[in-house]
Amino acid sequence: MFYREAGDFKVSYVDDSQTFPIKFDRYRYYVVLAVAFGIIPFIINDYWANALLLPFLIYAIAAIGLNILVGYCGQVSLGTGGFMAVGAYACYKLMTAFPDVSMFIHVILAGGITALVGVLFGLPSLRIKGFYLAVATLAAQFFLVWLFNRVPWFYNYSASGQINAPEREVFGIIITGPNAPAWATYLFCLIFLTVCAVIARNLTRGTTGRKWMAIRDMDIAAEIIGVNPLRAKLTAFAVSSFFVGVSGALFFAVYLGAVEVGEVFGIQKSFLVLFMIIIGGLGSIFGSFAGAAFLVLLPVVLKVVGADMLGWPTDIVAHLNLVIVGGLIIMFLILEPHGLAQLWRVAKEKLRLWPFPH
Amino acid sequence: MKLKLATMALGAVMAAGPVMADLVFPSLSYRTGPYAAGGIPFADGYADYFTLLNERDGGIGGVPTRVIECETGYNTEKGVECYESTKGEGSLVYQPLSTGITYQLIPKTTADGIPMHTMGYGRTSAKNGDVFSHTFNYPANYWDGASGAINYLLESNNGDLSGKKIALVYHNSAYGKEPIRTLEELSAKHGFELVALPVDHPGQEQKSQWLQIRRDRPDFVLMWGWGVMNQVAVQEAANIRYPMENFIGIWWSGSENDVLPAGEAANGYKALTFHNVGTDFPVFDDLQKYVVDAGKAAGAGDQVGTVLYNRGLYAAMLAAEAAKKAQEIHGTDDITPAMMRDGMEALEITEAKMTELGLPNFGPAFSVSCENHGGDALVGVTQWDAASKTWSLISEFKATDGDVIGPLINEDSSAYATENKIDGRC
Repeated sequence: MFYREAGDFKVSYVDDSQTFPIKFDRYRYYVVLAVAFGIIPFIINDYWANALLLPFLIYAIAAIGLNILVGYCGQVSLGTGGFMAVGAYACYKLMTAFPDVSMFIHVILAGGITALVGVLFGLPSLRIKGFYLAVATLAAQFFLVWLFNRVPWFYNYSASGQINAPEREVFGIIITGPNAPAWATYLFCLIFLTVCAVIARNLTRGTTGRKWMAIRDMDIAAEIIGVNPLRAKLTAFAVSSFFVGVSGALFFAVYLGAVEVGEVFGIQKSFLVLFMIIIGGLGSIFGSFAGAAFLVLLPVVLKVVGADMLGWPTDIVAHLNLVIVGGLIIMFLILEPHGLAQLWRVAKEKLRLWPFPH
Repeated sequence: MKLKLATMALGAVMAAGPVMADLVFPSLSYRTGPYAAGGIPFADGYADYFTLLNERDGGIGGVPTRVIECETGYNTEKGVECYESTKGEGSLVYQPLSTGITYQLIPKTTADGIPMHTMGYGRTSAKNGDVFSHTFNYPANYWDGASGAINYLLESNNGDLSGKKIALVYHNSAYGKEPIRTLEELSAKHGFELVALPVDHPGQEQKSQWLQIRRDRPDFVLMWGWGVMNQVAVQEAANIRYPMENFIGIWWSGSENDVLPAGEAANGYKALTFHNVGTDFPVFDDLQKYVVDAGKAAGAGDQVGTVLYNRGLYAAMLAAEAAKKAQEIHGTDDITPAMMRDGMEALEITEAKMTELGLPNFGPAFSVSCENHGGDALVGVTQWDAASKTWSLISEFKATDGDVIGPLINEDSSAYATENKIDGRC
């Protein structure tokens, strides 16, 4: 009834190929943006920022990045944690070497450095695919974590091997460190997420994304019709690693403030982000958001309901969390292999026909 | 999703409704994951002591205490969530029992004005209260541990370690890396050779490290391990028939959980400590009467008297004493975190006070001051007897090498001070 193309006339090609061609979608998008930028910063507090919103925003960037590689280009990667570590350590080195430069520039440069590293580790993808590529990226994961643990230059020779984010600002507002206000850290991450999502969305709608998808669907056919696999695969690795690096930099500098590479960017992180895109939906930007929100919020909701409200023992709740996440992953793989994004898509299809399905 | 967030917020607000006139002691515990074996007894001891205070004395100075438990799983992200969700409830002091979470919370607690007590872990240079205003690590820290172990070895080798080879098996994290600097200094001073062998998280895989020990035959092995890593190390040492009496763990590698799996073979294994072991103290009678028999024990209630339970109890006792001190200083029963900090800074534990609390000789006497947040750094040694399944104190609490540790602490804390633009307070 209200969700339909009919009556929404487009008079130019630009209008016709816009991101959200349906009016309802478009307005919903504007409303979400308005709430995220215009309302939440005014009501946010430390708990909301640090326990829910920052991890959600940052994981969403990582999930978009991994989704480009796995969901759009079909190259399975288990190196997300390692690439996030590259972003974090690059950001740390830049922050400590150039204290007066704006954090925006540091985070973007950290993403750029990660993109280079990602391309380097993406080279094997030209020869191997599927499980074998997954193993090659797994090697990247372990190598990078080992490297940051082993070489003291990366952590500025600190005694503990930890990296700590010093206080840095953007336009005079503190963004990192313990004195950063919640709204500032939130907005900083939100801006990155919004820009990343818009870039990702448009890349995947355009030539680049179509090449990636062609490679994903059948690489030999894609090559025959003129897609250069070298360029397609390496651009996917570069763009994906850029996003993952940005998220790693934010994860370290804005969210955690102190990082120990083996614990924070271990193999679990790679799996967590992979689960996000599997539950959210492979090959969908919305899916990245949904998956990140789901896996960030679920443990907190369970904890609030189980431990704080019902007064259950904390260990029972923690174990229950593992059971439920594991169960949901299996359930999704069986019932809806395309994830939350597919549910959303089906709902939209139904809405379009509603109330007269046939 | 916004709606979901809104309902959750409502839930969080309802759950977090402040109940005033309670002394809140958050317990960032971990009863799950690879480090649960260490986390459970500590959390039980911590909670049980406050239960005892409530049941027996009606709280501290007449104000009931409340322990909020929050599961971190030894994971820094969950630690942040726990910290943020409990700090609004008037939490008086944080004890995260994780060096990783400690590093995270040092700047945060300082900014929020809440004290943190990292007893025998965390950042060693926090001993310098001049720089670290809200972080305390009395009665002993890792560098004291390193020096205490070397002192003990010196003592048992007629004061001479030159030409000896000492291996350090450590958890490859901030925690395990802490003692390396001190041990390097000490090796230069005493002329022994140090071999550092890192073990990666969680520590189940140590074959190559012990193979190297078997090949190199170091005279002594020190260990900085935690959780499942300890059990594996003791077992591996037994497998290569390394003489257990030459194997010394830090206090986090010296509980029943660590030696029991190896059975008879673990006999003679040593560990450092900064408090006494066993249940031979009057306070345990009260615990039995008011807490265990009343069915109010935390967790499964089966940990009473284990090494880590005693440590949790000790941590709770020190927190309660600091709260008492704070009530005394400020003349009010309902103290705030800022008052608690003052209480911790003025804390003085004497033999007489320990006896009065039913814990005679349980820990060394020490005092805290503005410059010294680390106490007097006295370290003892315990040994495991596999036949009777008990730890016993074989070396009294003795002073550590302040000449080596002092300058290192000054160096590290002044680096932190310049990095974070902190001026001295004392």
